[in-house]
Amino acid sequence: MLGYLVRRFALAMLTMWAISILSFVIIQLPPGDFASTYVETQMGGPALVGTPAALVIETALRREYGLDQPLFVQYGKWAWKFIHGDFGVSLEYRRPVREIVGERLLMTIILASTTAVLAWTLSIPIGIYSALRQHKWEDYTVTFVGFLGLAVPDFLLALVLLWISFRLFPDHSIGGLFSPEYRVHAWTIGRVVDLFSHLWIAAFVVGTAGTAALIRVMRANLLDELNKPYVVTARAKGLNEWRVVLKYPVRIALNPLVSTMGYLLPFMMSGSIIVSVVLSLPTEGPLLLRSLLSEDLFTSATILFVLGVLTVIGTLLSDILLGFLDPRIRYVR
Amino acid sequence: MVVEEYEGGLLDSDGRRGALAAPEDEESVFVATQWQLMWWRFRRHKLAVASAFILSLFYIAAIGAEFLSSSDPATSVVDVAYLRPQKIHWFDGGSFSPHVEKVTGARDPKTFKKIYAVDPDVKIPVSFFVRGYEYNFLGFIKADRHLLGIEGGEEGEYNRAAPYLLGTDVLGRDMAARIIMGTRISLSIGLVGVTMSFFLGITLGGISGYYGGWADAVIQRIIEITRSIPTIPLWVALAASVPRDWSIIRLYFAITIILSLVAWTELGRVVRGRFLSMREEDFITAARIAGAGDIRIIFRHMVPSFTSHVIAAATLAVPFMIISETALSFLGLGLRPPAISWGVLLQATQNVQSVAVYPWLMSPSVPVIIAVLAFNFMGDGLRDAADPYST
Repeated sequence: MLGYLVRRFALAMLTMWAISILSFVIIQLPPGDFASTYVETQMGGPALVGTPAALVIETALRREYGLDQPLFVQYGKWAWKFIHGDFGVSLEYRRPVREIVGERLLMTIILASTTAVLAWTLSIPIGIYSALRQHKWEDYTVTFVGFLGLAVPDFLLALVLLWISFRLFPDHSIGGLFSPEYRVHAWTIGRVVDLFSHLWIAAFVVGTAGTAALIRVMRANLLDELNKPYVVTARAKGLNEWRVVLKYPVRIALNPLVSTMGYLLPFMMSGSIIVSVVLSLPTEGPLLLRSLLSEDLFTSATILFVLGVLTVIGTLLSDILLGFLDPRIRYVR
Repeated sequence: MVVEEYEGGLLDSDGRRGALAAPEDEESVFVATQWQLMWWRFRRHKLAVASAFILSLFYIAAIGAEFLSSSDPATSVVDVAYLRPQKIHWFDGGSFSPHVEKVTGARDPKTFKKIYAVDPDVKIPVSFFVRGYEYNFLGFIKADRHLLGIEGGEEGEYNRAAPYLLGTDVLGRDMAARIIMGTRISLSIGLVGVTMSFFLGITLGGISGYYGGWADAVIQRIIEITRSIPTIPLWVALAASVPRDWSIIRLYFAITIILSLVAWTELGRVVRGRFLSMREEDFITAARIAGAGDIRIIFRHMVPSFTSHVIAAATLAVPFMIISETALSFLGLGLRPPAISWGVLLQATQNVQSVAVYPWLMSPSVPVIIAVLAFNFMGDGLRDAADPYST
């Protein structure tokens, strides 16, 4: 077990390092940098580009933010500061990245965990039900809806819901996570209630594909178990049907699902990016998109890295969990 | 684990599909080739066959897009901006004479919104195989016939351009024509992307599985690291870094490469697993003892025995690519106008207000969903058919 843990941990560290390089390099790929984009979009518009005045401003900006140094020096500085908790200053908002990203990280995590909880509480009972009714119309309905849930891109679902709600309640916006009066408000009970009244729609949209997939996993796992001789034995001994199903096969069928637990949360986080843009939620998604487009180096690198690290940690946790649950995994190579 | 289900399409259903329907005489099962057996198994999967049929219709539509569309998808007729979908009336007082009703537009002086009035008395005849705008069929045959159109209709002429079956967009371009034209990019990007990841996956997965050792270790680490990077942020970041001024063709290939960079890992793992298990098989050892070289062993003995599986896996990767391209283009990070793809068309729906007033702008989402579902069902059927143990 120790060897397995060490190996998994070493790989996770390697992955995080690779992600940190990737997230820093990807952002440098587009032609031009923050300085030129800034001059073009914020100061004088395209007319200013290429003029001596623009060059002066750009050089000054580059010197100020260290953008004139070679890439690996920039990366080294960034990484060194990052380890020490200094994520740099957002070039666009002129505030520490830590504050900007931190504000939205809480909302992102709340949304992702609500989604994960929703996906789990919906998918397990539905999966069990669907397996028990195999080849009946209930099963076919669930399967069909599940296929549809997997096939419909979540941002389309978000659009349709927005449209419906716009039609039904023109005054009530479902975009965002707060009503206007609570948008800048201290945390009170009212704000929390307001948050959850908005959250469930977003959680529903983000969670559809995940729920559909979990239902199919649960159903397939349970079907494998239901035909085993021990279930027949339990039935033959006269246990009532619910007890037979819930006490034994369901518990075994849940095992593979448990291993996805650590993974689900970060998955929901990165999955929510596009939906967040559509529903204009105050999460990392829209911020990432905006900072990428304005080439706000440190903000986008930090968000990419944070999302990557959360995914790696999630995978690591579920792998360790799986190692505990299933001895066969520990001994593979 | 969950992510594989999203990327690889849909999960196996219970996999129990009853015994292989024996063709008329039992003998033929024993002499049938592998591909014949697969075809028989696939044929029994009604939903998969129907999906394959629908998909072939989609691809035929992509090839003959100009013929099927009544007006040039790129031409804008400002007079008919945001026109509601028009209905074709097939009969006129009992006799067959397809026509649309005349529409006159005026601007509301207060809101500046275009208001259209339908005049049911003026009937504009619609006919089949009409002359319309000129195009090159299959890229080189000059033609000007269109399946459906208005006789004598001139581009840009008010009310004469086309029957707008799905309405028009902000610039008065025919939505139906644009959706049909978008089929080209949206459906080909999946195929090109899968071909590319196929190539990467088979080469790297093959090296990894066949030679093993340090090559295997390195490639496996690369795969693991790529897979543990969250896909969507990675894509968004890569797509955002594509220069704004690239031509459509370059952009198209850039987006395809970006999509395949992640998608190849799944195929790579499948191929590696196959190679690993097959390396120990007796017939491979026999070939080696008989003096066959590596290349011959791989292409003559190994590849044919897992092609079917890889094809099934690849089919399940296509819908994922279609969704991703649509999502990226929707965000404005993928293809950009004047390119026409379903995702680009959906950009118009980013604003909820405009969707609420002009709901027909959502229509490109229908072919997306149908194509994705069909690919998933077909891939499922192929996978079941390719599995020799699914009795």
